[in-house]
Amino acid sequence: MAADYNAFITEATIKGDAEGPLAGTTVAVKDNISTEGVRTTCGSEMLADYVPPYSATVVDRLTDAGATVVGKANMDEFGMGTTTETSAFGPTRNPADPERVPGGSSGGSAAAVAAGEADLALGSDTGGSVRCPAAFCGVVGIKPTYGLVSRYGLVAYANSLEQIGPIAGTVEEAAAALDVIAGPDPNDGTTRDLADVEGADPDASYAAAADGDVDGLTVGIPTELFEGADERVVETVEAAIADLEARGAETTEISLPSVEHAVQAYYVIAMAEASSNLARFDGVRYGNRADSDGNWNESFAETREEGFGAEVKRRILLGTYALSAGYHDKYYEKAQDARAWVRRDFEDAFADVDVIASPTMPVLPFELGESLDDPLRMYLADANTTPVNLANLPAISVPAGEADGLPVGLQLVGPKFGEETVIRAASAVEDAS
Amino acid sequence: MSDTSESTDDAGEDEGGDADAPVVDAEEVRHVAELARVRLADDEVETFAAQFGDILDYFAALDEVPETEREEELVNVMRPDEVESGLTQAEALSNAEETEDGYFVGPKVS
Repeated sequence: MAADYNAFITEATIKGDAEGPLAGTTVAVKDNISTEGVRTTCGSEMLADYVPPYSATVVDRLTDAGATVVGKANMDEFGMGTTTETSAFGPTRNPADPERVPGGSSGGSAAAVAAGEADLALGSDTGGSVRCPAAFCGVVGIKPTYGLVSRYGLVAYANSLEQIGPIAGTVEEAAAALDVIAGPDPNDGTTRDLADVEGADPDASYAAAADGDVDGLTVGIPTELFEGADERVVETVEAAIADLEARGAETTEISLPSVEHAVQAYYVIAMAEASSNLARFDGVRYGNRADSDGNWNESFAETREEGFGAEVKRRILLGTYALSAGYHDKYYEKAQDARAWVRRDFEDAFADVDVIASPTMPVLPFELGESLDDPLRMYLADANTTPVNLANLPAISVPAGEADGLPVGLQLVGPKFGEETVIRAASAVEDAS
Repeated sequence: MSDTSESTDDAGEDEGGDADAPVVDAEEVRHVAELARVRLADDEVETFAAQFGDILDYFAALDEVPETEREEELVNVMRPDEVESGLTQAEALSNAEETEDGYFVGPKVS
């Protein structure tokens, strides 16, 4: 290895079938996706020795399609972070600039692809965790529509928001990986069979959609997702949108007033779900257990003190607070109202436009250590990605160019199960650059 | 990113009694930590109290969100109740810190 970006927590091989659409390709799998016989840590001390007795559906689908897993990718602990610095296994460095973060939480996945250590990667996206690192590392990341890809074997952080998604060097490669992992799974009751979804094409080939043909496509430009973004990011993204226009796309300004509340709503909902999900880590059935003389409750509390890092504790506590008597209506109920409002705003917008374009991240990649002591600052960087999870929509981040030598990502959002449209539009951006 | 300044200033300068800014004290952090079964070190309690003030102050803007009708498109997903193979007992116990006669061993109850 030429340079060590700390992209992997565990390097291990799970051989793929000899034949299949992904035969001969290598894949890095985010370390919150279960791999039978290969430890799956979630970037946490709590699961440092956890070896799953089964593989996630997406892992089986990749190896059945011929891909070989080369390692478990570094990540923010339990997916909680925007920089991959909250990992208990040390930060991943950005191959585009090793003094900067790769984004998160799937930072190891994006860095492995950017550094050529894997052809493909799987990440998980709860509030931007595939798209953010794709943008920061200069690669492509897809967050599928909620229900397109099975979450069976994904260690849950916030179930109602998250999807597993592919990361690759090109739109077509990411789309080909999506072709393999998408589809209903009897082990995940939230997956949908596209044959039952009105307007969706059950025989869709996502890879074939990467044809660069945007003639006549209508692109909505939401002012709210450009306001407050770094000037250099905005310029780069606007140039990429101009390329789309040059290839026959039409742009129109739109407004999504609800997104001003998306980050607040996202964090309240995600933390609330996390506080419930992570209650399972009690040191009894799996995970590290503290050496405690105390009773049941004391032993759990000590186990969780030792096993969880600061950001995970912060989110469990804030989630517990937001759900507690007296605060539930103020925070959780209002966040659910905001979520419904965001969803409706997007539905209204898609009555007039085919895709919605914005910067993926409003900022350039942070320097290592820059945002670690200021959690709120880190949360605010998720302003453009979290609305998509709240609305359950598909989105892609595609490289738009560079600013000051650092990668900038363009985000394209589509209507529910409109993956082909965002892939088509993204492939045109790629062709132009 | 620029809209952080407002919330940070509020909570930072006035630990006492600004009615608009939710102020979280160490006692409250300890109480929530106990509910969540997470033990905290004393310095962690102090840090969290300050950070929670900022974060909850920012969340308070949810007050401006109008009550919105929620049309959940949810349906039950059913399947026939058929016996399938699952994990073996040994597999299910394989990650436990302590087991005895095929059971998990937990901490003492009291």
